[in-house]
Amino acid sequence: MIRTAIAAALLLATAVPAIAATHKIEAGEGAQEKLQEALILAQPGDTVELGAGRFTLTDGLSLDVAGVTVKGAGMDQTVLDFTGQLGAGEGLLVTGDNVTLRDFALENPKGDGVKSKGADDIVYHRIRVTWTGGPKATNGAYGIYPVESTGVLVDGCQVSGASDAGIYVGQSDKITVRNSLVEANVAGIEIENSRNALVENNLATRNTGGILVFDLPALPVMNGGNVVVRRNLVVANDTPNFAPPGNIVASVRRGTGVLVMANDRVLVADNVIAGNPTAGVMVIAYTQPFTDERYNPFARNVVVAANTFERNGTDPQLDGGPMLLQAFGGALPPVLWDGIAEGATGLRVAQGVAGWTLGLTRPGQPLAEAQPAPLQVPGPAAPFDTAGIGAPAELDKRIG
Amino acid sequence: MKRSAALLAAAALALTGALAVRAAPAEDVSDSAIQADAMPPLLSDYGFFADAPAQQPAKGVVPYRLNTALWSDGADKLRFVYVPSGAKASAQGAEANGGLLDLPVGSALIKSFAFTENGKRRLVETRLLLHRAGGWVALPYLWNAEQTEARLALAGARVPVTTPTGQAISYRVPNKNQCKECHGLAGEVVPIGPKARNLSREWLTGFVRAGHLDRLPDRAGVLPVWEERGKAPVASAARAYLDVNCAHCHRPQASASNSGLDLRWEQGDRALLGVMKRPVAAGRGAGQLLFDVVPGKPDESIMAHRMASTEPGVAMPELGKDSVDAKGVALVRRWIAEGAK
Repeated sequence: MIRTAIAAALLLATAVPAIAATHKIEAGEGAQEKLQEALILAQPGDTVELGAGRFTLTDGLSLDVAGVTVKGAGMDQTVLDFTGQLGAGEGLLVTGDNVTLRDFALENPKGDGVKSKGADDIVYHRIRVTWTGGPKATNGAYGIYPVESTGVLVDGCQVSGASDAGIYVGQSDKITVRNSLVEANVAGIEIENSRNALVENNLATRNTGGILVFDLPALPVMNGGNVVVRRNLVVANDTPNFAPPGNIVASVRRGTGVLVMANDRVLVADNVIAGNPTAGVMVIAYTQPFTDERYNPFARNVVVAANTFERNGTDPQLDGGPMLLQAFGGALPPVLWDGIAEGATGLRVAQGVAGWTLGLTRPGQPLAEAQPAPLQVPGPAAPFDTAGIGAPAELDKRIG
Repeated sequence: MKRSAALLAAAALALTGALAVRAAPAEDVSDSAIQADAMPPLLSDYGFFADAPAQQPAKGVVPYRLNTALWSDGADKLRFVYVPSGAKASAQGAEANGGLLDLPVGSALIKSFAFTENGKRRLVETRLLLHRAGGWVALPYLWNAEQTEARLALAGARVPVTTPTGQAISYRVPNKNQCKECHGLAGEVVPIGPKARNLSREWLTGFVRAGHLDRLPDRAGVLPVWEERGKAPVASAARAYLDVNCAHCHRPQASASNSGLDLRWEQGDRALLGVMKRPVAAGRGAGQLLFDVVPGKPDESIMAHRMASTEPGVAMPELGKDSVDAKGVALVRRWIAEGAK
């Protein structure tokens, strides 16, 4: 087997770059080495095709060649099984641009599932990442994890069991996450320190929080914003938080549908948001102390337009919850705002959207000083401009 | 004892030099193997060694050591550098680039990893960094059981070994891509170890004298020598350890840049060094802890927690480690306990 690889290496090294090749890898003995060799020796334009079956892996895989497609026989047919993983921080690491990952699954990676870092124009299509033991703090952090990338399309994927976020996009630009199912993670979908993100047509259920849009301080890339969350089903996110306490998502209250924290220009529209016990939509400033002068902790220019809200806020994980329920007649209004606004950029909601405010005035203010009241804010002054938001259209062509 | 170790190391350098001269009739280093756009299947294809199993270098291949080295499950590391004749590194180039020797195209860095078992040295792998016209290329070679030859292992391997502390582990030989996870900077492969600050003045002087470097670079040898760390301020020893063991990823433009943690020797901002820094994407790696470094409290510091783990997803470093560096952990814990200054 090593000999074949060497022969292949020499061939590749001497041959004139030819027509794109397909390298077929089957599960079974030596799969770790065969698959990793194929990922190393692939040339731009090539396809590494994974046969149906269960690939038993001991170490993380990685792909550092641009323009390669890694394709399985289906997210239930081709399974990369990391249950016995001994090393590396993720199941598959992608660092080349223009990579397409499609139609395979990863199970029980010890760290993250698939991480793509500095990998522009990446497509994840029908990728499944599952921690098969259900929600546990010992599960890996992120299922699908593109970071520091421009051009990200996540389509038709499934993640469950992540101890941080099922689909996490960090420090990136021009992003679409759509048609995906995130279930029983701490956060279903998280857009963090990123710009121009479109999150649409997903189902987020049984997570602690369904869809999170965050900006955090002291990171190389900040100033997150221009995010649209639309036409998603955000239903029954009621799993108790099982994240390790140091992580930002550990502060997410059980039963949060959509959470917007410290971001600029976010639209939440046309979603079905139902059965989330703490809040349908929560809009807040960053809550913790920070020293980074470049950082803006406010939630600015956030718009909650028309959505279908049902049965939210029935069992809020908030101090004084029972009293609040009593005051609001048995269930909290679906939209919760902390009341903290930077100038005139505070929350706007469409006519008829019910909410309540904590009545706070400055980031980091103790919750004990809250003065809860029904939400009374103006409607949006102008239609939300969605130009430039989402993954580049060219990425669609790869998933016909 | 520490002094005698240093003296022995110096003696070894002198000795290997002598041996290289004696072995001169052996084949020369193959410049074409280093520079051609191919992946030679055997370590012997390069001719780096007069006697490879004995790790006796060929003519022009110079052994070196680092003041403070990357810990790799306690493996003995044998390091060599080759610079093609007629070319040399410039001190100015090193000074402009954090002290990293700007070895010319055609150079090679050779690092063999060995464990002593039953009183005998067993070579496990030899990693090469080859400076080609298109940039540096990293290739791992796996030694055979007979210890006669090492073969290219693009996909890496796992090898059972017993560490110097007697621990039986499944030692990971990295695959070609994993080489780049540590050696990657702004998308390119670069050497990590041979920085002026981490090489002794004596060795650098010899390197100049041999014609491989134009003059002694600034700040030569300022990192403490690991075996003599007891004599160095704890901050100096610990920061050297973090620089060498962590900062190839935890720095801007490298693998862990998105963490916002920058553990380079030259970093002076304590927040970027992790002091009271909250985790970003640590996931369960953070354990029950809130901050990377809590001055005075190593037990509450994520850094010490992750260094003391071997569990994938928690353990740091993520690669090249299947056991815990107890001495390294003790040093970093002491640095934190004394205020992480």
